[in-house]
Parts: sequence; C-alpha cells; structure tokens
Amino acid sequence: MSAALLSRWLLLGEWRAHRWQCLVAILAIMLGVALGFSVHLINTAAVSEFSAATKSLSGVSDLTVQATQATFDESLYPQLMQTDGVAAASPVLEIMAGVPAKADGRDDPALKILGLDVFRAATITPDLLGIPAEDQPFDTLSEDAIFLSPAAMEWLAVRPGDALQLSLGTKTVSLRVAGGLARAHAGQRLAVMDVGAAQWHFDHVGLLSRIELKLRPGVQHAAFKEALARELGAAYLLMEGRDQDARIRNMSRAYRVNLNILAMVALLTGAFLIFSGQVLSIIRRRAQFALLRVLGMTRRQILQQILLEGGLLGVLGSLLGLLLGYAMAAGALRFYGADLGAGFFTSLAPSLPLNPLAALLFFAMGVGVTILGSLAPAWEAAHTHPGPALKSGSEFVALRALRMPWLAGLCLLLAGVLTQLPPVFELPVFGYLAVVLLLVGGIAALPYLASLSFSTLLRGVDAQGRGVLRTLILARLSNASSLAAIALGGVLASFSLMVAMAIMVASFRVSVDNWLAHVLPADIYVRTMIHQDLRGLTPAEQQMIAALGGIERIDFMRSKSLLLDSARPAVTLIARPIDTRDPANTLPMTSDALPPAQMAATAIPIWVSEAMVDLYAFETGKKVTLPLTDPPQTFLVAGIWRDYGRQFGAIQMQLSDYRALTGDQHVSDAALWLASGMTAEQLITALDDLPFGTSLALSQSNQIRQRSLELFDRSFAITYLLELIAIGVGLLGVAASFSAQTLTRIKEFGMLRHIGLSRRQIRRMLGWEGGLLAGFGITLGFVLGVAISLILIFIVNPQSFHWTMQLYMPWTWLSLMALAMLGAAAMTAFAAGRRAVAGNVTQAVKEDW
Amino acid sequence: MHDDKNKPVLELCAVSKAYANRHVLSNLSYTLAAGEYVAIMGDSGVGKSTLLNLIAGLDAPDSGDIRLNGLALTGDDDEAATALRRRFLGFIFQAFHVLPHLTLLQNVSLPLLLNGLPLERAAVMLASVGLQGREQDFPFQLSGGELQRVAIARALVHRPRLILADEPTGNLDPDTAEEILQLIRAEIKANAASAILVTHSQAAAATADKILLLDRYGLAPLTMERTP
Repeated sequence: MSAALLSRWLLLGEWRAHRWQCLVAILAIMLGVALGFSVHLINTAAVSEFSAATKSLSGVSDLTVQATQATFDESLYPQLMQTDGVAAASPVLEIMAGVPAKADGRDDPALKILGLDVFRAATITPDLLGIPAEDQPFDTLSEDAIFLSPAAMEWLAVRPGDALQLSLGTKTVSLRVAGGLARAHAGQRLAVMDVGAAQWHFDHVGLLSRIELKLRPGVQHAAFKEALARELGAAYLLMEGRDQDARIRNMSRAYRVNLNILAMVALLTGAFLIFSGQVLSIIRRRAQFALLRVLGMTRRQILQQILLEGGLLGVLGSLLGLLLGYAMAAGALRFYGADLGAGFFTSLAPSLPLNPLAALLFFAMGVGVTILGSLAPAWEAAHTHPGPALKSGSEFVALRALRMPWLAGLCLLLAGVLTQLPPVFELPVFGYLAVVLLLVGGIAALPYLASLSFSTLLRGVDAQGRGVLRTLILARLSNASSLAAIALGGVLASFSLMVAMAIMVASFRVSVDNWLAHVLPADIYVRTMIHQDLRGLTPAEQQMIAALGGIERIDFMRSKSLLLDSARPAVTLIARPIDTRDPANTLPMTSDALPPAQMAATAIPIWVSEAMVDLYAFETGKKVTLPLTDPPQTFLVAGIWRDYGRQFGAIQMQLSDYRALTGDQHVSDAALWLASGMTAEQLITALDDLPFGTSLALSQSNQIRQRSLELFDRSFAITYLLELIAIGVGLLGVAASFSAQTLTRIKEFGMLRHIGLSRRQIRRMLGWEGGLLAGFGITLGFVLGVAISLILIFIVNPQSFHWTMQLYMPWTWLSLMALAMLGAAAMTAFAAGRRAVAGNVTQAVKEDW
Repeated sequence: MHDDKNKPVLELCAVSKAYANRHVLSNLSYTLAAGEYVAIMGDSGVGKSTLLNLIAGLDAPDSGDIRLNGLALTGDDDEAATALRRRFLGFIFQAFHVLPHLTLLQNVSLPLLLNGLPLERAAVMLASVGLQGREQDFPFQLSGGELQRVAIARALVHRPRLILADEPTGNLDPDTAEEILQLIRAEIKANAASAILVTHSQAAAATADKILLLDRYGLAPLTMERTP
C-alpha cells in the first residue's frame, strides 16, 4: 500500500510538472501504433475479402482443374466426369468482358462473367446460381439471360429486365438482365450465365476455363490429385483451396510487408523519442533518484518506478493508437480503397473486422518499445552511486554509460554483412535488418563523431582566440557530446529515413519514366477495351488497321496469361516482333543477354523479365519449357529485360514464333508509328471510323506515360503519407529533446546570466547550438540516408518486387528537406531557450535540482 | 523502534578507505553512544563526506567494520544496506534536496512510506518545525531556511536512531543558520536520536554535544564536552 502510494505520488508529481513532455511521448507512441495497426487492419481486411470472394466462386469444390493457359478444350469435362472418385464436376468458362458504358470512366470497365452448367453448378457452387423471375423459370438456361450480383447491378445501374451491352475484342453482345444471384459475396462484381450461351456469345465455342470437382466420400484427396495430375500432364494444374489462398497472399505480400515496415519505422521513431525523453528526464532527476536511494528506496524500486512511468506512457499511447488506428483504417477503406491505391484489390468493398489478437499484438508492441526505450536510462539511474549523483554536474558521468562506439562499429559491420544475404521466403528480411542496424549504428556513433567534429572546431576557434559565445557553444557540444547526441538522434533518425525514402522513390520514378520511354516507342497504341482480351483483334481486323494510310510501321502484339505455378499469380506472355540481333532496340534490356552468335539456329528464343529469374530461375542461356503447346515446347532464355509493369513475371517472344507454334492469329495490341505528314489526331480519327472503331481503346504514348506516372504517384501516396508522419514524429522528438535539455540546463543559464550574459545572448547561444547540432545531424543523416537508400534500391526492391532500378539523387528536394529540418531544429532550440531564460535568474541558481 | 537504548548507535572499527591509491581514512575507530550529538570538523578533502557515505552504507570500506545499531553494514549487499539506512538513518543536506514536484507533506512522508509507517506523523513533524498550515505548498514557494526545515522534518519523521547532517547551514544566512541549528538540536533531542554534524563552521559545531576533529590520524575530540 505504502509503496503503491509512494509510486503514485512520484508518478503524478512528475507528470504534473512536465505534462507537455508526457503528451509528446504519448503522441509519438499513439501515432506509431495507429499507423501500424491501421495498415495491418486494411491489409488483412483486403486479403481476407479477396480470398473469401475467390473461394465463393469455387463453392464446395474439392479440386479445381485449370489449364496453364487461360482456356482448354471442353472434351476434358466428360473425361473427368467418368474418372473414378469424382462425385460431381462443374464446367466453368470465365470471361472478362468489357462494359462499353463504363469505358470512359476511371474504373476498370471489366465485368467477370461465369458461364455455368446450371444443373452441375447446383451441386458444387449453388450460391452462384441465377434467380430468375417467377414468370421466367427457364431463364437460367436462356441464351440471352445474364444474372448479376447486387454489386454489379449497382455498378452498372441496371435492374432485371434491362438490356446490358458487353464486349469482347471488337464484338459487342447484348444480353438481358434476368435477375440476381442466390448468394453473391458482398461487394463482388460478378455475372453468371449459361455456359453454352457464354461460349457462343463470346466466341469460345468448345472452350472452358476450369472444371470444379467434388470427390466421392472416402477418396484420398492427395493421392487422387497426384494420380490425376500425372494423367493430365503438364498442360493442366490442379488446385485446392489452400493453393488459391497462397496465390492471393503472394500477389500482394511484398507490397503489404513494405507498408507494414514503413508503419513500423514510425513506431520505432516513436520508441527512440521515448528513449531520448526518458534519458533527459532521468538526467534532470538524477539527484532526486539519488535522494530516494539515500532515503531507502532500493535499486529495484527505482528501476520499477522509471519503467512504470515509461510503461504507462506506452499503455496510454498504445490504447489511443489502437482507437486512432481503427478510425484511420475505416477512413482509408472508405475513401482510398482496400489496396490503398496499389491496384491489387480493385472492385472490392471489404468491411473492417474487429481483430482482438492483432489489437493485443500492436498494444504489446507499443508498450514493449516504450519499456525498451526506458530500460537503459532506468538501469543507469538505479545503479548509479547516490553520493556523487547528489552533486550537480554528475549527469555527464551518467551519459558516459551511453557512449558505445563498439556497438556502432558492430552494428555497421553486421549491416554490411546482412546486405550480402539472400531473401527469406522471398522477403528481404536481412535487407530490413541491415537498415535497422545502420540506424542503430549511426545513432550509437553519434557521441563519438560529434565530440570529434566539435572539438576540432573548438580548437580552430581557440586558435583564433575570439568570441566567448562561440567558445561556450563549441565547448558544450564537444565536451557534452553524449547529451548532444540524444537530441541529435531524433534528427538523424528522421532525416536519414526521409533522405532514403526520397532517393528511393525518385530513383524508382525516374527509372519507370525512362522505362516507359523505352517500352512506348510508337506514336499510337491500339487495343480492345479489356487488357489481355481473350479474343482481341482478328486477322481481318488487323489487315484493316494495317491498310489505313499514314502509318509508317505497325507492330502487332499478343498478350496471354500463363499459369506456371498454382501457388503464384499467372505470368504474362507477350508475343511481338523483336530485333533478335539487338533486342535492346525493342526491349529495356538489363546487361544480361545472350549474343546472337551463341544461339543455335533451331532454338526458339524468349526474353524474360527480372521476376522470372527470381521466381522461376529462368536464367540467360537456360533451356526452359513453356506449356504453350501440347507437348510443351523448349525455349532458350536469350536475355533479361526490366519490367515495372508486371511484378509476377513476363516473357516476350517473337510473334512469328508464337503464331507458328500455336496457330493463334489474333492479337491484343497494335503499336503504330506515324508516317511523315500524318498527325496523331488524323490517324485516331481514321481508326475511330473503322467498322469496329468504337470497340478500340486508342492512346498516344505520352498519354499512357502520363497515366502510368499518375498511377505510380497514386500507389506511392500512402508511402508519402507514412513517411510524412514518421518525419512529424521525428521533428516532435527534436522539439521534445531540445526543450527537455534546456530544462536540465536552467541552473547553467542562471549562472551565465549572473556572470553577465544577456537573455538575448543566451537565446542566440541556444539557437546556434540547435543549428549546429541539427546541421551535424543532417550531414550525418544524409550519409546514413544514402546508405539506407542503396539498401532499399539494390536489395529490398529487387528482393520484394523482382525489379532493379537506377540510382537518382533528387538534389533539389533533398536540399529543401535539409533546410526545412535545419530551420525547424534551430527554431525549436531558440523557442526552448526563450522559455528557459524567461524565468527568475535568482531562482534558477537557487534551485537544488 | 528503539530496541535497546543503551546499545551504541554507531561503531566504527579500524575503518580504512582509499580512492585511486590515495588514503582518505586510515584505521579509523569510534563509537557513538545513544543520544549523542557530535560535530565533525576538518579540512576540505580530509574525508568527512567519505565517512558519512560509509556510515550510510552508500560506500563500502576497504577494511574494517561498521555497525549501525549493532548490525553490521556490508558494502557488497546493497539491499541490506538500503534497509538499514531506511530504518535507522535520517539525512540533512547542505543543498536541502527536497523533491520539487511533491508537496511539503508528501516530501516529509517519504521515509514513512518507505518504512511502511502511518503517515499521520508527517503533519505533526511539519508543525514542529514551524510549517503548520503549509502542508500542501510546493518547494518553490519556500525560502532556503524553510526548505531546510522541511529537510529536518523529513530526516526525523520516522524516528531514526542516527541523523547525518552534512553542512546543513552552508546555504543559509547567519541568522537563519543559527535558527536552523537550534531547531536541529532541539528536534534531535526531542526525538531521542543521535546525530553527526559535519561542518566547517565553529559556530555550527558548537551546537553539538561534542566536537571531533578528523585528520589523517583519525578522529579526536577538539573541545570539552558541552552539557545538554
């Protein structure tokens, strides 16, 4: 009881006396926890929703049979129906159709249509059955009827009975909205129609996308799957629910992890703020703790008291952070979408679940980092000798314990070693660790480097023998370098992260811009409404385009998706004319390419994106098989190209090779070069006037480039926001540590006033101290930031997203940030000094603490 | 709390202490009787503060024994030394050392809380040092003399057997110093405590029962005993 009362008195007394410092600490933890928690909630909600929506398409299916290509021959269906162990099979044709009415909006104008056999689907995917009107019971079999989920009806603004225009390639199909679905997943845009009607309307006669299988009770799933896979061969993949889950999670994992790491950076900056706040508070109260030790408080009680103070700040900050995080997540989902603008989970409207376990985890992390931040200063305060600690000036002894140049050396060395290690589960775990170690090492090296720099400066000033104020400033900075380092740590941490992120994002943007210039050499690009349209442009349509006047050159391209691994998203195959002698004329090649002389005349070359090397080990010179034909054909990897458009891998090959192998004469895109004397507008008008002109999406290369960069900025908007908050927390730390340091020096200022320094001189002294410290921190932060950016650019990005980029230094932006930080730090120091010298001078020297 | 009033409060037996090969105390022995109030004088650096630190268990002698109320102080057991200090000692410092964010009543209550004793005596002690009605004031509202009164009340509130006062009037003007010295003596006697006053001031030392001189040869009486 007595101990608890004493603890409460000490705690409340301290908080009452320094409520602003407490508030800043709570705010820092609150922001860190809120960011981490909200990003986690959004990510979890989006992935769960996407996963649930995908699962709802498979119903109670045990196994999904899918081809490596988008479609396969329906003759497999009766074959599977007769396979031993199969209780039911449901054929599905999945079509992404364009909605002409939505073509001009910012939304993707694609609608997913499932063609189902209503009698088969009733057993396996009953939720997907269409509900016809009471007077039209056979609409489920009608060739012009389509059933829409509530989200699709709302999006398309149609009601049962309305007509709906859809397109595939250049073909337009008119269907009748016949009703809703039995039970569609909330927010999912989906349409269902009879499989035969879908095949006929969308030119997919005799083709299916997948077959859902329900196995007989007692059949061993694993053994059945293995036997069937053997029987079907490499052209087919068999997937269970967990494969689909893995694929969905893999799709956005790197992006989600990167966001989480950024949020954690804010939390760590908050932890550092707590650390510096606690160190300064303990230095200020060093004699008080010594007195309590003299009066009979044990070391353990002192330690407990300080940890309790820090821990309670953590508890309050974390609780508020959870509330704010939930509100932020709800707001972000409502206004920004489930993928925060990255484009992974479009057309989803996830609800925000209450997740007590995650809340508990983030609460524990918030409290944990606060206690960790308090531990070192608390330990020092509890174990210091009370006798000397009662005398003034002993704080410099206290800080000596925090000087750990060996730790700095060790961290920097270890960071260097970690950058050489490979990713773990395709995540740059060691890269992130190296960033953390660089930060810790940089902060630990601060006292030593500050002392070295400022004492050199001091010697220079002494040699010139002028300026008491300069001598006072430099003597303080060089002799109390540990104390200076605490304020500097905040500047260093936030500025280095700011620099690293600015360099990384600028490098990425410049690389993407250069890449776009390389991959968009033509003047006009033509495609149908939907990306990777299964139908695309027919040979006749291609001829009509080629026959238009004013075209100097035309390249046709065919895009297809290939599913090479059931646990990964599909890769993109692009067939187009490629300059085999020098592929760099067509593709943005890395330096890794096979000289044409080394390629056998019979070899079919392919050029793969960097992701293919990381994910499928498609290295230059390697012979690989692709399931384009049955049996699969062998190809030679002739080189690696850089692709910022498809994170999960892309393969390019000669269009002539593709056509010869597959017989597919359709194309997805056309790139047109203008002949001299022809303007883009004239050619676009000519294209519009074609019989199928209204089904075409026409873009000039600069428009695509502009739109792509807009998308880039949109997907990085959340990154900028997180970065800004981390910087805000860092600046808060600078303000808090400067003002706390000034408080610990009130006696010193009182003495200086007594010996003749004016208030103005002291304020100037503090302003200069703040400016010099911040300048030093900014310089060091710049060096550290560049080192971190190199890790982000050359390790974290390639290991997360499987692409490399060139280094670009945004000097103007960096200079502006440095000036803003310098100004903020000097102003904060000046303002803190103003407050410190405003008080009674006599009282300041009389104070015994 | 006073189990045996005749038992010596403090026994120093051949205590030696050196810092970095500089001998501060050599073979020092002294016994302080119950109720005895002695002043220790000596030149700067002779080891007066070191002696107080050793007695308080804040530092350990290199050799020799220190017994507080018959119980041995061992420097290597911080928990035990803290417990003895908490129970048997009271401190008065030159620089007052009053916690600035606690009220006067809370400051005086600290030793009671640490010893698990009832808090009622804190107000009584404040009243006895002349600060009745100021219980809820904060230290910044007090003068130096008043702050030292708070320190005296805090040193005696838990009825310790020994008070250690290190230059308690060093920061005060002569009139206030005289007043505080009389108060210290009165309160020590009223509470039947023993006390060691370390001072450079002859006038301050004169308020003690006995004045001892600490030099490199040890502790020796400086003047005749004074009658209580």
